[in-house]
Amino acid sequence: MLSRRIIPCLDVRDGKVVKGVRFRDHVVMGEIVELALRYRDEGADELVFYDITASPEGRSVDRAWVERVARAIDIPFCVAGGIRSADEARAVLHAGADKISVNSPALERPELIDELADAFGVQCVVVGIDSLRDADGEWRVRQYTGDPSKTQALARRTLDWMIEAQQRGAGEIVLNCMGSDGVRRGYDLTQLSVARAICQVPLIASGGAGAPEHFRDAFVEADVDGALAASVFHAGTIAIPALKRYLHGQGIAMRLPDQETTA
Amino acid sequence: MAVVLVDAGGTNIGSVRYALQRLGTDAALTADATAIRAADKVILPGVGAAGPGMARLRELGLIELLRSLTQPVLGVCLGMQLLCAHSEEGDTACLGLIPATVRRFVETSDRRVPHMGWNRLRRQREHPLLAGLGEDDYAYFVHSYAVPLGEWSLASTDYGEAFSAAVAHGNFHGMQFHPERSAAVGARLLRNFLEL
Repeated sequence: MLSRRIIPCLDVRDGKVVKGVRFRDHVVMGEIVELALRYRDEGADELVFYDITASPEGRSVDRAWVERVARAIDIPFCVAGGIRSADEARAVLHAGADKISVNSPALERPELIDELADAFGVQCVVVGIDSLRDADGEWRVRQYTGDPSKTQALARRTLDWMIEAQQRGAGEIVLNCMGSDGVRRGYDLTQLSVARAICQVPLIASGGAGAPEHFRDAFVEADVDGALAASVFHAGTIAIPALKRYLHGQGIAMRLPDQETTA
Repeated sequence: MAVVLVDAGGTNIGSVRYALQRLGTDAALTADATAIRAADKVILPGVGAAGPGMARLRELGLIELLRSLTQPVLGVCLGMQLLCAHSEEGDTACLGLIPATVRRFVETSDRRVPHMGWNRLRRQREHPLLAGLGEDDYAYFVHSYAVPLGEWSLASTDYGEAFSAAVAHGNFHGMQFHPERSAAVGARLLRNFLEL
């Protein structure tokens, strides 16, 4: 049985891992490779690295650290940040990333998703969606969320974009619910459940994890394939081995860390 | 020991190479027939689609060479599928070294395709490639097509139905999962291949 995935997200800025609250006020959390190895040892199923300022600054992700991570770790990782073309994606994949995630550039030019899927296969192509509920009750997409001064609210409805992204070749969708991000009160189960119903590819929950129960709720109530979190892992509030044992005890399929001792 | 990685353009080549380096083996990345024929171990990695994968091997003039190899050969992910007789992906004739047909996962409400993530390996028969594999060991998979169970199956994995996670037929071996991304379990299985 396929296990559900626990995915620490490492926001990268100037070669360091950072974290902000509600996407603002970033503080340095540590060195990239050091944190990557720590999470691998703790039983993380996958890592996501977001070069959070690449897209607002109009540049692609820095390949040097991608290669350093690829040499060091033996679990899958995904890289996001300003990938605007198949050539840029190829460079990141050849540096050793397993998947690439596109967000703002795919909103600028949705054909990018088709191009990436054609070139590398849908299994490499993750579409990240930053979503916020507007005053009229609709969830809509936000763009350039790495820099609050450049963040734009789009007219595009989140669910419409999810459907289009899948049709164009997204192999996985990370739905970042911005209303709950960074405040640790739980994933946005309402939005995730609605998204799950229209998402045929793996769906990853993002934004709001603060306690082990929040992960359980995302898996049990919203049926997501993976749950992504950052600050609770970086700050040590939640330890991944204990979290996975708890979820396993709740009847959720998990790859337990102590199963990593056979070699 | 000379280990070569056949450079057929797959994007996971770097990752496989780094995994071998972590095991103390520096594998050459090559499409050169002489180097491949002379190697002690040959690894065919691969990410992408079967049609372009076979087309690339044909362009490089490696089809008959790969078929003629007698040393241990390991196909990883698409590389394993290319060792089979035929793939439904693009209705592609493959190398025919493992007598299996690669089939697409049929999507159902509780089976999302691609099969992406960690899943359990179950031993189907004893083989040195699986030395040390435990009952509860997981490996990392990313694929939409799979090799059915058959006489070639060493290990199976369940995703709505059981399929071949690891195969062997003579000197040809395959891993559908990514050993280079399967933490300690993957490292162990890669080392097993190097020690065949």
